[in-house]
Amino acid sequence: MDRIVTIPHTPVTKCQAPRPTRSASSASWIAFRALLLRDLVVLRKNLGAFIPRTVLQPFLLVFIFLYVFPKIGTSVGGSGAAESGFAAVLIAGTVGLSIMFQGIQAVALPMVQEFGYTKEIEDRVLAPLPVWMVAVGKVAAGAIQGLIAAAIVFPVAAVVHVKEIQVHLTVHWPILLTMLPLACVMCAALGLTFGTRFDPRQVPVLFGIIILPMTFLGGTYYAWTTLAPVKVGAWSWLQTVVLANPLIYVTEGFRAALTGSPHMHLYAVYPVMTGFCALFMWLGIKGFRKRVLS
Amino acid sequence: MDEDTHSGSDTGALGPSEAVICCERLTKVYPGDILAVDRLDLAVRPGEIFGLLGPNGAGKTTTAGMLTTRIIPTSGKAIVAGIDVVRHPALAKQVLGVVPQTNTLDRSLNVWENLYFHGRFFGMGAKEARAAADAGLVTFRLTERAKAPVMALSGGMAQRLMVARAIVHRPSVLFLDEPTAGLDPQSRIALWEILGKLHGEGPTIFVSTHNMEEADSLCDRLAIMDHGRILALDTPEGLKASVGADTIVSVTAAGDMAALSRLLEERVDGALRAQPVGGAIQLHVKGATGVLPQVVTAAERGGFTITDLSIAEPSLETVFISLTGKDLRD
Repeated sequence: MDRIVTIPHTPVTKCQAPRPTRSASSASWIAFRALLLRDLVVLRKNLGAFIPRTVLQPFLLVFIFLYVFPKIGTSVGGSGAAESGFAAVLIAGTVGLSIMFQGIQAVALPMVQEFGYTKEIEDRVLAPLPVWMVAVGKVAAGAIQGLIAAAIVFPVAAVVHVKEIQVHLTVHWPILLTMLPLACVMCAALGLTFGTRFDPRQVPVLFGIIILPMTFLGGTYYAWTTLAPVKVGAWSWLQTVVLANPLIYVTEGFRAALTGSPHMHLYAVYPVMTGFCALFMWLGIKGFRKRVLS
Repeated sequence: MDEDTHSGSDTGALGPSEAVICCERLTKVYPGDILAVDRLDLAVRPGEIFGLLGPNGAGKTTTAGMLTTRIIPTSGKAIVAGIDVVRHPALAKQVLGVVPQTNTLDRSLNVWENLYFHGRFFGMGAKEARAAADAGLVTFRLTERAKAPVMALSGGMAQRLMVARAIVHRPSVLFLDEPTAGLDPQSRIALWEILGKLHGEGPTIFVSTHNMEEADSLCDRLAIMDHGRILALDTPEGLKASVGADTIVSVTAAGDMAALSRLLEERVDGALRAQPVGGAIQLHVKGATGVLPQVVTAAERGGFTITDLSIAEPSLETVFISLTGKDLRD
């Protein structure tokens, strides 16, 4: 065995080989945009599935509450003017809920699949950008899908109702134009957090134990301000408990943006949503790095 | 690429200034104190096909993972194409091409789009990426499947597409992790041909494998790895010559194998060593003729009944067994 050469310990001084042609920051930015382009091309290919999946839930919500219930005489919001007020509350809630579901469907579920079975994400992680930017790219693509979803859902929600209901929407543009991107990014970041923390077998848990209560206690069907009478003693406990739900700020934010009805104060909505945004982004990127690097 | 640096089969240690991959005391300890790679020193020359040969669990994938930024070393240095991959992973990724063990093709895209978007990720413009994708399909004989979903490809085709994708951006180093594992023999040979063609004209190629035939036929130089350490490094010919024998006789017999080993070592002309491996004895012989009759006679006189007997030239497996005392397939 004397002819076998084992490599001695040699200090590494310099290596010769073709060098990168771009700076890390310029290559990263180009790769980030290309990843986004890839996600949008995939979205375009899947529009046939994207549109029904996006429209169906909000359509059913307004169909049942604003068409079927009034027809069969089970009015939810009261009658007449109260019913019309409820319509506005519901439509704002529906837009918020749709954006949250985009975060789950566009970011969390595909990511669970990619980490669990397909491993496709491992190739994109080798693109010349930092790993955290790959994660941010996922959030950006998810947020864009959220915006598109909101744009499709809003007209659907606004037109499906019985003739007797007058939907009085008052659009506050500055609020709407800031609330939309903030909500979309927050929900996509929430999707990233879920997507990096659940494996495929746990998806039923994600839906059954997390998404379901978030949906029902997220202020889709009622305004947060109207929860005050749900009390134990003097404590409006439900109003307090739902504050832990990120969705309540989204639906209240859209209520402020789209209706003239009472809503949670915007001084609370904006900072808390920004805080959730930062928290989910941080948790999501941390989870993503943990999944792709070892 | 400097053609002169990989033309010879010299076995001397490599000066670090020539290397395209340099590892310096590279170590990875996984949680639970699992030492996967143990103070690895390695220098790979520009343009060569370099093989990392070892059994499953030897640390090959971990080594490749550290060199391609996916696994963060516990300590030590890893430099690829002059870039410290631990400190500047995003920069290093510009010059890396990676073909992982599992199929990581983008299932949402078709065959052509997989190549096109890879080009875009690596900074090609739309036109350039389109041309590169077209050319890649031609080179890898996938043009007819351009519009097919990647899930419809056979294993061999998917593997070809993964290699095609990994070189779209003309990397300095192409890493392949067990590239032919799970491929049928025909696809395996096709892939070797492709890598042979790439050799010299394109990137330095770093292959990890536990397939000795692959290592032998493909690689300019090879490192034999076990338990996270490199045991030997040379050309395949150099490694085989290092065994010292020109003939390897495998003997299976009933009875005390240790006694038979000693007996054969003593009685057979030119016998260098005999060692029991997996139920048989491997006898290394040099410069002798008529070895088999001698083995049979010696065994019979010692009271052993031979049940199987074969003769072969030294292979990389022989080298591996000599180094570790165990079969590569174990």
